[in-house]
Amino acid sequence: MRRVLLPLLIFVLSGVQILHAQSFLENAQINGSFQTDAQYYRLDEGIDITDLYGKKLGINGFGKVNYSYGNFSAGMRFEAFLPELNGFRQELNGVGLANFFATYDNGFIGVTVGDVYDQFGSGLVFRSYEEWSLGMDNALRGVRTIIRPTQGVTLKGVYGRQRFFWAPYNERDFAADDYRGIVRGVDGEWDLNQSITSMNDSEFRVSLGASFVSKKQYDQSLFYYIPENVGAAAGRINLGYGRFAFSTEYAYKINDPSAINNFIYKNGQALLSSLSYSQKGLGIVLQVKRTDNMSFKSMYTATQNDLDINFIPPINYTHTHSLPSMYTYSTQPNGEMAGQFQINYTIPKGTALGGKYGTKLALNMSQVNDIVRDSVMDNGHLVLNKKGTLGYSSNFFAVSDHRFFRDINFEIDKKINKDWHVTAQYINLFYDIATIEGHAGAPDVKANIGFLDVTYKIDKRQSIRFELQGLWENEVHKGYEVNEDEKKDFQKRGDWAAALVEYTITPHWSFSIGDKWNYGNPVPEFRDHYFTGTVSYLHDATRIMLSGGRQSEGVVCVGGVCRTVPASSGVSLTISTSF
Amino acid sequence: MKKLFALLVAVLLVSGVQAQQKSDLPNVTIKNLQGKDVNIAKLSNNGKPFVMTFWATWCGPCIKEHNALDEVYADWKAETGVKIYSVSIDDSRSTAKVKPFVEGKGWDFEVLLDTNKDLARAMNVSNPPYTFLFDGQGKLVYQHSGYFEGAENDLYEEILNLKK
Repeated sequence: MRRVLLPLLIFVLSGVQILHAQSFLENAQINGSFQTDAQYYRLDEGIDITDLYGKKLGINGFGKVNYSYGNFSAGMRFEAFLPELNGFRQELNGVGLANFFATYDNGFIGVTVGDVYDQFGSGLVFRSYEEWSLGMDNALRGVRTIIRPTQGVTLKGVYGRQRFFWAPYNERDFAADDYRGIVRGVDGEWDLNQSITSMNDSEFRVSLGASFVSKKQYDQSLFYYIPENVGAAAGRINLGYGRFAFSTEYAYKINDPSAINNFIYKNGQALLSSLSYSQKGLGIVLQVKRTDNMSFKSMYTATQNDLDINFIPPINYTHTHSLPSMYTYSTQPNGEMAGQFQINYTIPKGTALGGKYGTKLALNMSQVNDIVRDSVMDNGHLVLNKKGTLGYSSNFFAVSDHRFFRDINFEIDKKINKDWHVTAQYINLFYDIATIEGHAGAPDVKANIGFLDVTYKIDKRQSIRFELQGLWENEVHKGYEVNEDEKKDFQKRGDWAAALVEYTITPHWSFSIGDKWNYGNPVPEFRDHYFTGTVSYLHDATRIMLSGGRQSEGVVCVGGVCRTVPASSGVSLTISTSF
Repeated sequence: MKKLFALLVAVLLVSGVQAQQKSDLPNVTIKNLQGKDVNIAKLSNNGKPFVMTFWATWCGPCIKEHNALDEVYADWKAETGVKIYSVSIDDSRSTAKVKPFVEGKGWDFEVLLDTNKDLARAMNVSNPPYTFLFDGQGKLVYQHSGYFEGAENDLYEEILNLKK
């Protein structure tokens, strides 16, 4: 019997194995996506492109695959920048497996190994994320553990090194200026309403959270003593009562001299708070923010959008039309005092002003100023922001007269009848271009901007959309005197007009042509037209977009992180699909 | 022998059960507007189909799509019982604005917050708007990238197809 049993056991077990292997494939989900963004560049003397520097073609592409089976999931992403599109970091040039991970999560415990994306609270001390359109990815290659001991309690720990373009993770290549440190962090969150039974259905909602993150870095500096361990901590509270919600997070960082903060040894702080009221048809939100020396990178020499451990969210309106978004605010890492107020209101249907469909109104105001910095004593001398010292002291509540940005805008969104839909917005903008874009000495942008966006439905399948936009500066006009050596700071300045027509055949096709004209630039040779034509094709999960023409110099921002796009001329193609 | 046979049957049964449970919803936990954790793998609509649409407060076409869906949502619900989950990928610069924004626009969808794009990544959403339709068992039946005027009619046809 035994002689039969053993082979039988092996046979059955192998059968079980095969069954498992089959179910591993059959019952698993496999999905993924691909995207390619390519641009063919051409010379265009009209907009001063007289040299392509050997780059006629740029291609950014990725392909990713996710696999999941029950509590297990894994995935990888392959990237190719051959070479990278203009405006992306040159270090991206290359090809390879940029990202992979495996996760097991049964609800009580979740473990991820590989490239980790996560965020603690609002991200003031830790956020790892990826933004393809910016070429930015600060994934943490290492381990993440999540434990949920009871309903409403979440504990997280992360540990790893951040992605630095294509730099290897295991070697510390000091010769290649790769001083990346190690990032580790823990976070706890307690949602009282989910964990305390009697509060489950309470109108009063409370959740609390706290995080601690530290970096271990390598001191390679000849001039400064660089602390090898830098810690940052944050605490947060979210409260809600009926239609009101309040949330706040405060973060603190110990001394962290870096190329960004001019190697000062001051601590850093950040506070982000918001209060909102919402009921059907009306939403009001007020946000305030103060940051002081809160740039937190895993390499003290990094100066651009790479190796950020935390995320300082800008709190202002994000414009999407081309002229309003030409001057988009990007976070100033060394300090800001910011506030924002927004109201969304829908005039109800069936009233005189609401009409048959209701009228949607929105008002947004936001402003960002610098913090106040006072001198500190260093070896018996008063110093301000001097390298190797404590830098400055700053009154928490003081607002500097130096304004970086202000945006006051009003929007009306109205469906007039079955066929016509109109959206219009007026924007009053102040933008300190010298600080934000580094055009030292250039006058501030003070502008009135407006757009009108009208859609007409021809029939069930066809529609046509018109877009008219204008940007008028208060001071910098045609007659404004510009010296020869300042000219480069006046590209795109002055008045603009833009128009676009888009014809759509649902569900697949869209054709558009448009022009942006910098007709009021103070420098005559910059008064250029930027014609573009675009054809888009959508089919289920696939999107193909072909466009040709000129692109003006500008800033592309997602989430307050920006990249500058140089002026270009040529043809670009985007193909994306998922399965 | 009998025990082994029983084991084999048990294994078959288990794999059978697993096969039945197959859904296309990823095992990702995000929050709703009340701050409550929502495990996407457990989303359902009492056996009726549901739509999941990705958007952001800063995305123009997304708002057009949501306005269009809002106009027809009451009719759709009455006729098919469909439910719409609206997943905002706004990050911490605008998460606090999502609830007043949604209420101010008067939308009636079940809104979820995908603050660090965990769900968007798991479902391969690179650019909003992006719309998925799931049947009553959580199986993906239709997905669409982007929004063109009137595209909600095609989505509704897909929903009606599920009723047949």
